[in-house]
Amino acid sequence: MAARAEDINREDALQGIGCSRKRKEDPRFVQGKGNYVDDIKLPGMLFADLVRSPYPHARVKSINKEKALALPGVHAVLTAEDLKPLNLHWMPTLAGDVQAVLADEKVHMQYQEVAVVIADDRYIAADAVDLVEVEYEPLPVLVDAHKALDPDAPILREDLQDKDNVGQGPRRHPNHIFTWEVGDKEATTRAFDTAEVTVKEEMYYPRVHPSPLETCGCVASFDKVNEHLTVYITSQAPHVVRTVVTLISGIPESKVRIVSPDIGGGFGNKVGVYPGYVTAIVASIVLGRPVKWVEDRMEHLSTTAWARDYWMTGELAADKDGRVKGLRVNVLADHGAFNSHAQPTKWPAGFFSIVTSSYDIPAAQVKVDGVYTNKSPGGVAYRCSFRVTEAIYLIERMMDVLAQKLGIDKAEIRRRNFVKPEQFPYKTALDWELDSGDYHTALDKVLAAVDYQGLRKEQEEKRAKGELMGIGLVTFTEIVGAGPSKSCDILGVGMFDSAEIRVHPTGSVMARMGTITQGQGHQTTYAQIIASELGLSSDQIQIEEGDTDTAPYGLGTYGSRSTPVGGAATAVAARKIRAKAQKIAAHLLEVDENDVEWDIDRFKVKGVPGQEKTMKEIAWAAYNNVPEGMEMGLEAVDYYDPPNFTYPFGTYLCVVDIDKYTGQTHVRRFYALDDCGTRINPMIIDGQIHGGLNEGFAVAMGQELPYDAEGNLLGNTFMDYFIPTFVETPHWETDYTVTPSPHHPLGAKGVAESPHVGSIPCFTAAIVDAFAHLGVTHMDMPHSAYRVWQKLHELGLDKHS
Amino acid sequence: MAKQHISFSLNGQQVDALVEPRELLVHTIRETLSLTGTHIGCETSHCGVCTVDLDGVSVKACTVLAMQANGSEVMTVEGLADADGLHAVQQAFIEEHGLQCGFCTPGMLVRAYRFLRDNPNPTDEEIRWGMSGNLCRCTGYQNIIKAVHSAAQKLQQA
Ligand code: FES
Ligand code: FES
Repeated sequence: MAARAEDINREDALQGIGCSRKRKEDPRFVQGKGNYVDDIKLPGMLFADLVRSPYPHARVKSINKEKALALPGVHAVLTAEDLKPLNLHWMPTLAGDVQAVLADEKVHMQYQEVAVVIADDRYIAADAVDLVEVEYEPLPVLVDAHKALDPDAPILREDLQDKDNVGQGPRRHPNHIFTWEVGDKEATTRAFDTAEVTVKEEMYYPRVHPSPLETCGCVASFDKVNEHLTVYITSQAPHVVRTVVTLISGIPESKVRIVSPDIGGGFGNKVGVYPGYVTAIVASIVLGRPVKWVEDRMEHLSTTAWARDYWMTGELAADKDGRVKGLRVNVLADHGAFNSHAQPTKWPAGFFSIVTSSYDIPAAQVKVDGVYTNKSPGGVAYRCSFRVTEAIYLIERMMDVLAQKLGIDKAEIRRRNFVKPEQFPYKTALDWELDSGDYHTALDKVLAAVDYQGLRKEQEEKRAKGELMGIGLVTFTEIVGAGPSKSCDILGVGMFDSAEIRVHPTGSVMARMGTITQGQGHQTTYAQIIASELGLSSDQIQIEEGDTDTAPYGLGTYGSRSTPVGGAATAVAARKIRAKAQKIAAHLLEVDENDVEWDIDRFKVKGVPGQEKTMKEIAWAAYNNVPEGMEMGLEAVDYYDPPNFTYPFGTYLCVVDIDKYTGQTHVRRFYALDDCGTRINPMIIDGQIHGGLNEGFAVAMGQELPYDAEGNLLGNTFMDYFIPTFVETPHWETDYTVTPSPHHPLGAKGVAESPHVGSIPCFTAAIVDAFAHLGVTHMDMPHSAYRVWQKLHELGLDKHS
Repeated sequence: MAKQHISFSLNGQQVDALVEPRELLVHTIRETLSLTGTHIGCETSHCGVCTVDLDGVSVKACTVLAMQANGSEVMTVEGLADADGLHAVQQAFIEEHGLQCGFCTPGMLVRAYRFLRDNPNPTDEEIRWGMSGNLCRCTGYQNIIKAVHSAAQKLQQA
């Protein structure tokens, strides 16, 4: 017993995997000592500000800089003409297309960058922006994606007119970007032809913006003497940015240093490279002084990466017991003016084909068409892993539609279609190999926790009284951890990730990773992984990320890939160190390597109590007493190329009450059960889930970037764009099961995006369910009070009886 | 435009600055006086990351002219901790995991500090309304509510 207690104490002292360690990054944040891009101030630093187009589609006839240049404190005004000799007026996107850095003869969207002004401070720069005179000739505007491929549609991208392929396969119209088709068409057609029942539903997933509280920005500093470029930047992928900078500037990577300092939230918005960054870099090279560019909120919402904008049609074929036999999906994807979505190269619709989700569906077929419109460019993963949110939304809506058609309970229909625990690893009809799962247990746990039968009974009673109560249920499977380099790359670089760990002589550790935290707490959790693997206290372990001069190359943090890929690299690098430590321990104990065994924080000679060497002792010996032929030091690097994705899953349940007269929805209860495999820090996991649920709530209930018919963006301020406050935000209840990933070194799967992916269809499901007894099968987001009221009004429910 | 001289107390210390009449207080604090804990998220009074305490009330420093602070007392997040260490709200945010990316945190803390002075023993509902001028994109607010409660308890015991 005593020995056991001592073991537990030793283990606790490490603060390793599984403990709710307090975050190491917090003390500096709570004291105002974070270091965000806009906090950086370099000697002689100038400010950049952008002249933007008021027109969504127009020719730029002339630009007159004179008045702006005459303003005291203005150093330069640059346009596409100035960037042309450097070949920097266009830049590559992450999707095989190009994007104008500054408008080259034509603007393709409202707020497009037309010129950059460099001045002594941000006030003068803003004044000068107003003094730049641009003459435009407006052109016909294309806003409706459904009209993009019409024969008489205005042609947007004249620069691509003679290209029949813009990096993602053949295209058939000047406004067409790609067609992506997967699945077995024949088998699916057969399933539909022979089905006892089929259902079909059209749905629009609105254009939404991740909108972290920190906007995008950078400080570029070019050292003319040493020809060395340093850029501090709000980037979720600093190493990728360095590669892009080298590709477009010709400066070798060894002379480009990209630093992501503290980042005020990213949520997928800070993966790409924006024109503002490039103009600041060019200005710094031209002027030889540091240049800061930080956009304001309106610029952020108007031009940086948004998500979704998918017009989806789903169809299910099933038998009359609700067993799904076939799934067919058609999508029209609005990518805006440039194809600058951020997906792995071979995946123009991301991992949308995870659309079969948790269900054993024998035949499926998916087709996605991407088109250009005169809207801002994007289509990134807003707190999700590459179009997974859209996919899960579609399938979860369709399962409800089918359940309603057949009169089967919405929990029961899911249970009937789940992939069973004994079927894992399970190959889906669209070719993913789900690594592990136990969907039935998760569902049962949630139904019991909320008393599902009781809720349904209450709903029946309420309906009898004419009151509207809805229960939403979602059972999703995500795909995260991109990804195996055989199928995933960005700009040709495989989507591995990396860790480099050094153990110092006295047992403290410095570790650097290719990922970058934006609030996920990597400084805390990576240290926990190393602590458990190496038996050294996490308080002695320092984590650094985001500086390309020091960190090993990695693809960055998005798509919940830090734990599945970066976390795996960390564990594997630590294990390499432990393997060396084992040899050193055996040498010190004068036994064979196979005669020692690992025990929490030390190696022991098997069967000989007291004969042991702690990791701290081994670390010291690594620098003065190693076995003959072994090199000194105790460090390792790992570039981890995952064998498969990981597939976290969950069951979410939401209960709403709707006011018949105002359309106001009250979320009475939200219960989220997540299974992300091995849990590294439960406190941080819960925090990530709360945040993801809140962002899901925002999307479902109010977020939208609408355009009017003339291409004006409506709703690009926080006055119009919905960010839930403390007041609207519901109370969250969380729960979990643990089904480890069989192929991840720690069994961990990644979690931060599940709550966003899973909660959005859950809110919609709850609201639609409130109307289900009236024959309503679907309502498009956002479910604002006004839009819900419209449905009430249409059904005549808002009348006093 | 001719710069104007202003003088005010910042975190208990008298400071002087030359400012343009149109300059916003948040820029003076961040750029002229180099205290970068106070952030900028919208410049339209919606997000609250620029919240500072001005003569005993919470204000959004992106919508206050620096000139308006002349002769007043301003406190930013950098003024919360004292010789005894972190303030109870700072400690509680760490304990309850009330922050993630940290960008909203300085504004949240300064608001929580003032809110608890005005209402030392709030209910959940009062916290939600009292803090609703400050947005957070990361935490889903729940742990911030917990942190404000726990800070309230600590402050009452003290
Ligand atoms: S920056 Fe002041 S409220 Fe947003
Ligand atoms: S912690 Fe990131 S915005 Fe609040």
